[in-house]
Amino acid sequence: MKSRSRSSAGSAESPKKSSVKAGAQIIVDTLLEQGVDTMFGYPGGVVLPFFDRLYDAPIKFVIPRHEQGGCHMADGYARASGKVGVVVATSGPGACNLTTGLATAMMDSVPIVALTGQVRTELIGNDAFQEADTTGITRPVTKYNCIVKDVNDLARIIREAFYIASTGRSGPVLIDIPLDVQVARCETASSVKMELPGYRVRPEGHAKQISAAAAAINASERPVLYVGGGVISANATDELRAMAEKAHLPVTTTLLGLGSYDQSKPESLDMLGMHGSAYANYAVQECDLLIAVGARFDDRVTGKLKDFAPNAKIVHIDVDPSSISKNVKVDIPVVGDAKHILAELINEVEYREREKWFKKIAEWKKKFPFSYDRNASTVKPQYVVDEVCRQTDGKAIITTGVGQNQMWAAQFYRFSRPRQLISSGGLGTMGYGLPAAIGAQVARPDETVIDIDGDHSFNMTMTELRTAVENELPIKVCILNNGYMGMVRQWQELFYNKRYSKSYLSNPDYANVAEALGAVGITVDKKADVSGAVKKMLSEKNRPCVVDFKVEREENVWPMVPAGKSLNEMDGLDILESLA
Amino acid sequence: MKHIISALVENKSGVLAHVAGMFAARAFNIDSLVVGRTEDPKLSRMTIVVIGDDRVLEQVRKQLAKVVPVVKVQDFVGKPVVARDLMLISISAPPEKRPEILPLIEMFKGKVVDIGPKFVMVEVSGPEAKIEAFINICKPYGIKSVARTGTIAMPRQAQTDS
Ligand SMILES: Cc1ncc(C[n+]2csc(CCOP(=O)(O)OP(=O)(O)O)c2C)c(N)n1
Ligand SMILES: [Mg+2]
Repeated sequence: MKSRSRSSAGSAESPKKSSVKAGAQIIVDTLLEQGVDTMFGYPGGVVLPFFDRLYDAPIKFVIPRHEQGGCHMADGYARASGKVGVVVATSGPGACNLTTGLATAMMDSVPIVALTGQVRTELIGNDAFQEADTTGITRPVTKYNCIVKDVNDLARIIREAFYIASTGRSGPVLIDIPLDVQVARCETASSVKMELPGYRVRPEGHAKQISAAAAAINASERPVLYVGGGVISANATDELRAMAEKAHLPVTTTLLGLGSYDQSKPESLDMLGMHGSAYANYAVQECDLLIAVGARFDDRVTGKLKDFAPNAKIVHIDVDPSSISKNVKVDIPVVGDAKHILAELINEVEYREREKWFKKIAEWKKKFPFSYDRNASTVKPQYVVDEVCRQTDGKAIITTGVGQNQMWAAQFYRFSRPRQLISSGGLGTMGYGLPAAIGAQVARPDETVIDIDGDHSFNMTMTELRTAVENELPIKVCILNNGYMGMVRQWQELFYNKRYSKSYLSNPDYANVAEALGAVGITVDKKADVSGAVKKMLSEKNRPCVVDFKVEREENVWPMVPAGKSLNEMDGLDILESLA
Repeated sequence: MKHIISALVENKSGVLAHVAGMFAARAFNIDSLVVGRTEDPKLSRMTIVVIGDDRVLEQVRKQLAKVVPVVKVQDFVGKPVVARDLMLISISAPPEKRPEILPLIEMFKGKVVDIGPKFVMVEVSGPEAKIEAFINICKPYGIKSVARTGTIAMPRQAQTDS
């Protein structure tokens, strides 16, 4: 079993003595047995037996203002801690509200166990009050889901849920539990075996394939290591660094891979893809070997597939066999746990200087760095991120909204350790940043957690600010307030003749909103005030703090690979070059 | 190209929805899908005929294997298998046409399972091509309705070494 899965999740035996218990109590006991000490959720009619059992259970419980927020909190908690996030919701509307959060977690392989109440078994299918076909609705957005119809299966199924969520390619699992199953009593056995004949986890890579990968690396003149979020979920960043150092490889990461490799190292190429660095994209297009680890060749990464890494042999290390050769034909597939495979690779790779290759990369880096007009009199959004990074010494946990704010956070914050960036990459869920920050702060009470957000992303879930206030979570929110759905506006500027169709709406005074909800609110509209506001924000220790940065309204994210173009066809390089 | 995929799945509720949902979500093309019990009461067998090129089929096999209650996936393409469809077909057969139609049924080793004043119902089984051929031969007489099972298949003896 993989090292990251909780030890108890995989064990077939439960140490508990047998006794007769109600389903609701079995749920609580099984959660405790799985090591759950924190969960998120919202009550409702058909989960009342469970909530009653929670009344004096030793589980910290955070109530969001909306179940979507609760699911994102469980997600942020899971990403920040490496543990399984747990969320509970009632049937019908409660379960429906989880779907965006589940889809977000599914796309980014985040381990979550979601428990939903369901109407009584005999009412199912009758369009009963607050009935929804929860397993039907959530099937495509979960790794697995099922409904429990017999209380005797409850403990086993919850155990299985934790095991499935946290092993292999992790992901959300939903268990739907009808009211009568929570009330029914049964003998709880002292040992319950998991019954998952169709679920296999392959921790070890094939030795032959690993050797083939090592040989390809050793033979390569122009290699690139392309790292995704899978390396972080496999807790394999130490092995990654050691392997990259030993073989002497340049390293680029996806958005979700940021933090897996210290960006201050000269071998770091930063992020690749649509808004990735010019040097990463050029390096990928010119490399003779691309070693993908825990990444899935997403279209935001590859650009036009036909032209992607045209000269490269491709090695792909991934725990999910279906990721391999899904988009890009792979030459050397290695299926298994990244931690194990990278550790094996370290033994077989050899150091090579690759002087010419690194020289070329250094030239690209010098010519096209991420940059912006530092002399501008306005508040540049990139400057805000720069300043936040400087004052936190690059050590904060960063969550993001979706859009330009997300890309600037990825480009200008410098990440050095895993689980430091928490962002909705695959689904691109606006409104993720704030609740994810809350979940992350719950998991990491001693760290500085900052949501770098967009005004419209923040609008979607800002009600959760009150959840942070109530739980005394000193999260920070930096709204890069351009008054636009900036990323939409950028596309309209570039591809729709500047027709800004429905891409802005009126925003509230965020500082007032923050104060009204019990948080600290600051407004910044002058460049000279940015640094002081960040300082004040970081000094808040018990209350959340929202800083509304009124940034340059029509700033664009560069470089940009237009959709459907290949990675080396980037726009905005002239701008970057002139600012370098 | 047509592939016959055989999947052993857990025999519990919701499994068909998991499999069918995955096929729909990934835009894979199902030609036919048959589910039935096996010798083991805990397992069912799904036989799925899928059309696609090699890359699509590689994904079909992998995605199918990834569905949690799916225990084992085999693709019979290129392997010697026995593949059979079963069909019930009701053909317009007024008494004066019967001397013509009955020998055809015979030729296809079909069985007359019901007979009325105007129609006969025939049971035919065999490889898909044979079923199709029989339908074509019946067309000129008038087909009232057709019910087909879709393909089930099993590898031939020499192949089942696992
Ligand atoms: C829930 C949701 N709805 C719509 C979109 C499409 N979308 C992507 S970016 C964006 C604009 C985001 O605006 P804002 O949060 O202000 O960020 P900015 O780009 O201005 O930094 C939109 C509407 C999305 N990603 N998520
Ligand atoms: Mg905006």
